[in-house]
Amino acid sequence: MKSSIAWSKEPPGVEDPKSGNIEGYNYAYLDEQTKRMIRRTILKAIAIPGHQIPFASREMPLPYGWGTGGIQITASLIGPEDVLKVIDQGSDDTTNAVSIRAFFSKTAGVRTTIRTEEASIIQTRHRIPETPLREGQILVFQVPIPEPLRFMEPRQLECDAIHALADYGIAYVKLYEDIARYGRIAATFDYPVIVENRYIMSPSPIPKFDNPKMDRMPAIQLFGAGREKRIYAVPPYTRVKSLDFEDYPFQVEKWEQNCAICGASDTYLDEIITDDKGNRIFVCSDTDACEKSKKKRKRLDPLIK
Amino acid sequence: MYVAVKGGQRAIENAHKLLEEVRRGDSTIPELSLDQVTEQLGLAVDRVMAEGSLYDRELAALAIKQAQGDLVEAAFLIRAYRTTLPRFGSTCPIDTRSMQIERRISATFKDLPGGQVLGPTYDYTHRLLDFSLARAGDSPKPLGHAPEAFDDRVEDSGREVVPRITELLEGEELIETVTCDGERSTADLTQNPLKLPASRDVRLQNLARGDEGFLLGLAYSAQRGFGFAGHPFVAEIRSGEVGVTIVPEEIGFPIEIGKIRITECLTFNRHDGSPGCAPKFLLGYGIAFGRNERKAIAMALVDRMLRSREIGEYIRYPAQDEEFVLLHSDNIEASGFVQHLKLPHYVDFQSELALMRQRREEFEKDENYNNGGETHEIEHRVVEGTARS
Repeated sequence: MKSSIAWSKEPPGVEDPKSGNIEGYNYAYLDEQTKRMIRRTILKAIAIPGHQIPFASREMPLPYGWGTGGIQITASLIGPEDVLKVIDQGSDDTTNAVSIRAFFSKTAGVRTTIRTEEASIIQTRHRIPETPLREGQILVFQVPIPEPLRFMEPRQLECDAIHALADYGIAYVKLYEDIARYGRIAATFDYPVIVENRYIMSPSPIPKFDNPKMDRMPAIQLFGAGREKRIYAVPPYTRVKSLDFEDYPFQVEKWEQNCAICGASDTYLDEIITDDKGNRIFVCSDTDACEKSKKKRKRLDPLIK
Repeated sequence: MYVAVKGGQRAIENAHKLLEEVRRGDSTIPELSLDQVTEQLGLAVDRVMAEGSLYDRELAALAIKQAQGDLVEAAFLIRAYRTTLPRFGSTCPIDTRSMQIERRISATFKDLPGGQVLGPTYDYTHRLLDFSLARAGDSPKPLGHAPEAFDDRVEDSGREVVPRITELLEGEELIETVTCDGERSTADLTQNPLKLPASRDVRLQNLARGDEGFLLGLAYSAQRGFGFAGHPFVAEIRSGEVGVTIVPEEIGFPIEIGKIRITECLTFNRHDGSPGCAPKFLLGYGIAFGRNERKAIAMALVDRMLRSREIGEYIRYPAQDEEFVLLHSDNIEASGFVQHLKLPHYVDFQSELALMRQRREEFEKDENYNNGGETHEIEHRVVEGTARS
């Protein structure tokens, strides 16, 4: 069978500067029917906070495991009025964030920003911005493994039953085993949470440092897992609690150092190896928040470089 | 110092430019045309169409050229394009009985109606490098006459029907008969997510799109004793062109919209009987776009394995395990997720690092853990514990 489209003259993928779109593709890449299907899934997910909703995830031009779930959610929500921020590991300038941002400015002609407060949609991998989010903003998480019980129970059918019955014993046994073996809960990132006292949910592989930010957040939190074909959500002002025990309460990471760039003492820090003699510096993982706090600090004390 | 975490944008642009250069290779060597790919790398095109799940030789050739011959990457390009195409509707089931046979063999019967047609195959070649192909001027002499078995059939009529082996054995009741579940429309994984347990049509679609290598490995494992109790048989394998028809609603009768080349395989497996299932040969079914017998046979064997639940076999091996097979067969999914490990994980590793330091500190202090000779053993045990968690 011959190809029905006339791509041989003008290959698809050529930019049409007038529409801010790519010729041969719909606005924001996905066709409108797919977007509608994804929006329906999102509505369902918002109606049942923390519950994973299966959806007919599409192949995207980026590989599975590189944010296809988040991209599909963003693609089905985004419009010309939106302002998009994309971060990976807290930074706007990491390879995958650059690539996804370029994808949407190309396919949707949308304005992008690195400033958290300016964005209407923030797509993220592995972090929640340090700047508190407000009502009207949407935070889209990229999720590799949506099932919080997967490494306790590899079988999906079994996990589905556990969620349906809210029979979450194994999740607590896992925490207990950590305490018995190591003296503390050993989960560090992707630390499971319980949403509105009903569903145990994976917060995606954010550091547990970010977990408390999810609780009663004014922004909508949407989670997309493309390869695993699941979407779930936390609506605004929803209670999100990290799993723990009364005598072993949930705790977040702390550093002895402050950020070497902005001096912040209350942010998540990345460790950077500066030489081969064992020297390290620590800097904010959230580059936008770091920039802002550096400026603020400079205003207060002009002598700081 | 901050250069280490900033500066992604320009680096990516440069990487893309470099890729373009590497893809093209030495520009004094003539560029590959898509015709050359479709004509001379036809089996690569076939594989990309099968796993890309889109029948279009030209697009597959373009993908192969763009991917520098990396067929999984090419299939990925095709999938990502395919997913944007509008759907006009469903075709009628293709009728492989009326296939323009290019090759058709049975390994269970020496001869059978329709004959054994060997067709273009590597099966009976000696795998010796043909150095004459390294010289220019590679153009084999045309055969001059059609193969004999083919001749026989053409004499009868223009569009002959070659019955499938199952029809030939229908009277015997030794072969399972396939019944058509006419009420239900066929499932489509590209429109609805996979649900378990999966029906057979879903499984077959998943396998037809699945990675050839993965299916091959599973089929091989089943064959080597991790699945089959007895020896499976290739009852029939055929490849050639079949017409694709649709019935447009506004017209109401079928029209042929084109032809596709496919490979179809039926396997027989002995079943010694179980409650509710008389002893007979059970069928496995495999199908692939283009000429791809390795894939079609592997698929048929795995299809049969995945029917273990239906016939009450004890599910013990990977090839029998529906969830294991269906969730890991897609190479677009697998390739993406395995390679996402190249993405930065600074944040996650940072939190692991912090915990590891803390644990190490406590370990040094704790006398129970830190008494000479036993250290090694305990460390080993701790590592095992974390690997599982």
